[in-house]
Amino acid sequence: MTPLLDVRGVTKRFRGLTAVDTVSLTVTEGEIFAVIGPNGAGKTTLFNMIAGAMTPDAGTVTFAGTRADGLPPHELCRRGLARTFQIVRPFPELTVLENATIGAMMRAPDMEAARTKAGEVLRQLDLWDRREAKAKSLTLPDRKRLECARALATGPRLLLLDEVMAGLRPTEVDRIVAILREINRSGVTILLIEHVMRATMALAGRIHVLHHGATIAEGTPEEVTRHPKVLESYLGAEAL
Amino acid sequence: MLWSLYANVLVQGVLTGLVYGLMALGLSVIFGVVRVVNFAHGEFAVVGMYAAFVLFRSFGIDPFLSMLPIAAAFFVIGYGLQRTLINPFVSRPEHEQFILLVGLAIIMVNGTLMIFGPDARSANLPYSFDSWEIGAIIVDKVRVYAAIAALAVAALLFAFFRFTATGVAIRACADNLVGAAVVGLDVKKLYALTFGLGLACVGAAGALMVTLTDATPMIAPAFTLLAFTIVIIGGMGSMTGAIVGGLLIGIAEALASVLIAPSMKTMASFGLLVLVLALRPQGLLGRRA
Amino acid sequence: MNPFATLARLVDEAPRRALLLLAAFLAVLLVAPVVLDRYLLSVFFLIFWFATVGQAWNIMMGFCGQLSLGHALYVGLGGYIGALLWVKFGISPAIAIVPAILVAMAFGAVIGWLGFRFGIEGVYFALLTIAFAEVARIGFDNWSFVGGAAGFFIPVSAAASPVNLRGGPMLFYYVALAMMIIAFILCAALRRSRLGHAWLAVREDAEAARALGIDVFRAKMAAVVISAAMTAVAGVVYAFYQNNLFPSQTFDIARSIEMILAPIIGGLGTLFGPILGAFILTPLGQTLIALVEKIAGRAIPGVNLVFYGAALMVIIWFTPNGVWPWLKKKLGIPEGRE
Ligand SMILES: Nc1ncnc2c1ncn2[C@@H]1O[C@H](COP(=O)(O)OP(=O)(O)OP(=O)(O)O)[C@@H](O)[C@H]1O
Ligand SMILES: [Mg+2]
Repeated sequence: MTPLLDVRGVTKRFRGLTAVDTVSLTVTEGEIFAVIGPNGAGKTTLFNMIAGAMTPDAGTVTFAGTRADGLPPHELCRRGLARTFQIVRPFPELTVLENATIGAMMRAPDMEAARTKAGEVLRQLDLWDRREAKAKSLTLPDRKRLECARALATGPRLLLLDEVMAGLRPTEVDRIVAILREINRSGVTILLIEHVMRATMALAGRIHVLHHGATIAEGTPEEVTRHPKVLESYLGAEAL
Repeated sequence: MLWSLYANVLVQGVLTGLVYGLMALGLSVIFGVVRVVNFAHGEFAVVGMYAAFVLFRSFGIDPFLSMLPIAAAFFVIGYGLQRTLINPFVSRPEHEQFILLVGLAIIMVNGTLMIFGPDARSANLPYSFDSWEIGAIIVDKVRVYAAIAALAVAALLFAFFRFTATGVAIRACADNLVGAAVVGLDVKKLYALTFGLGLACVGAAGALMVTLTDATPMIAPAFTLLAFTIVIIGGMGSMTGAIVGGLLIGIAEALASVLIAPSMKTMASFGLLVLVLALRPQGLLGRRA
Repeated sequence: MNPFATLARLVDEAPRRALLLLAAFLAVLLVAPVVLDRYLLSVFFLIFWFATVGQAWNIMMGFCGQLSLGHALYVGLGGYIGALLWVKFGISPAIAIVPAILVAMAFGAVIGWLGFRFGIEGVYFALLTIAFAEVARIGFDNWSFVGGAAGFFIPVSAAASPVNLRGGPMLFYYVALAMMIIAFILCAALRRSRLGHAWLAVREDAEAARALGIDVFRAKMAAVVISAAMTAVAGVVYAFYQNNLFPSQTFDIARSIEMILAPIIGGLGTLFGPILGAFILTPLGQTLIALVEKIAGRAIPGVNLVFYGAALMVIIWFTPNGVWPWLKKKLGIPEGRE
């Protein structure tokens, strides 16, 4: 299997603070890969560097065989990398359908096709009934799903999901897990950040653990949960 | 001697620039705290000019004296305006604030037009043409007085923000609104105070301006633009920036009008503006957003 | 993006009642000149004209979220180019709109590049646009070839010649009406196009737009350039309507502000807003002038504008989103529709 995303020793500093410290990871085509870590571990910052929203101070990002760090986000999206935002950013005054259509239009030959594609994605994420509603009127779970729908509509090879399950109720989490599995089965590689451990364990083939910006472990869910450093610094308090 | 020409121009530019700076300071303080661009700023300056003009012509009160009651009156007006008209718009989008203030500006400029007519009015102070000669440099007395007065008012404002509890509270509001509200500051009142102070600055600047140039209603938009340009050059919300920006614009205008043509004054300040926007969009002394 | 296909689709999708209303409205406008006198024709000319430039400005602010306060620049550039080519070289304004459009686009591109490249936004960008209009004003003031501050005049010729925009108020009535309709259709087409959606995305959240593959810089540039081009065309027509150009009026910031009131009052980012706004504001302004004359027995400069300013404040106070969204609700048109 070929690596779709290869992150080599990336580092990001904010004034004195090293938010991400020489992190390396490789995501293979077709897998579901998770990045976990306590609050402030540097997960979102790592995402931002992969998605082009920030440039790393050191290290490289390679996506689908070409250097990706330093490229603007829209260029990366064109190459097949889509991301969601931890703090959701829907287009508030536009309808749900318009939101998704804007995502879909990048790869669609015309706007009619974009709307069709948007419709498919909205159905997949249980948002079809809300398509005429303005995005600002949605509830938080709906917004989170819209965030996914929009990213998915761009037809990505790699989907970066930043805590799309945070704040959802268990039944809603189960639903999202099922949806993500389905998306993954259709050929989309997924890189996700999660706090909801149960979901992460159920979904991810491999897990990468960050703490204070640095890697402390990587492996299958079983390996990671047994890792002493992980137990000590992160999972210790949580009942598993 | 060429250098004496430059020196003269430079001195004049600095002196005028300080008055500009005071005017811009009002805009900057309001923007820095209330986050509203006072698009009627130049109109307030013009009303200040006419107020000083009337007080001088009818009661013989020197503008350097009348600037105090004018500033006080403007403070009250500003406080009231913020409390009634502006406050509901503080959290509304920029373009809505803009329309509100443009409406106000149109009323003000045309109100002055109705009362005073379109002709330029000059205060004609008895010492308007007195000057000092220092070597080859000739400086107008009024310009020096105006600059000193402007500096004094600005210094007072700086001191207020630095040393009084209310001033510090207002700065806290500007830095962190939520925090300020959490620690129990009366944000609405502080905003109103700030708007009042901003208008007091522009009122005083208007009174000073009448000693330097003629008053006409039509100059108002140009003043708004001038203050706006200065604040952006100096850095939105930076008080020192407003004074520095005023100085720079004063000098640039003076140089351009002597070296190129009087009509090129505005060109020079816009040239400076474009340069600053391209090289340092947050302004010379502004912090990056 | 095909305007005709869009038109067909718009007609298809619109509710019958609204369509009938619109058709009736258009029919009335088409035959109205029969009963309108010169004065009213000129009022309608102004309404159509402000609706057109409002539509153009709305592309930038309403669709793309970029505040321009210097649109008089493009009106002036268009006007001067049209007038110059006609007076000095005998080139018809029908042809002159091409260079007028190109020059306005070039200026728009420079302003856009300066602003957007360096991430200048909101009031900062607005000031940049004002600055350029002011620079143009001073430049034209000092350019003797175009008459400088003393103005530039288009001779009034006896022979009517519609292609050369020579004729009476009736001609200008229809020209401006056509402009307004074309601008509307163009904006409707743009609004539904890929570019239009990109604009909306940028307006709503540039960062999110970028993450969805939208080149924000290019979208913004397209908005300025297209808006400038449309405004320049209106500028050519205005110059020939007025027959004179003075830099101090043409590029005045007051003009720029006047141009943006209709779309804001009517409803920012909507298609009917600029038209509705023009139909409210222009007659309001004219009525105030007439009223003052009637009451005072003479024109008092400024009185009408005082009321105008007050009206602006009242309207923005009570209908912050503009009159059209409010009216739409009253008419029972669903939110997602125009
Ligand atoms: N733009 C920024 N400027 C300064 N510091 C930042 C910035 N973004 C993040 N940080 C800091 O970097 C560290 C890592 O933040 P990051 O958002 O990447 O963490 P995270 O793992 O996503 O946390 P969470 O689980 O809370 O989302 C934090 O200490 C944060 O305060
Ligand atoms: Mg995070």
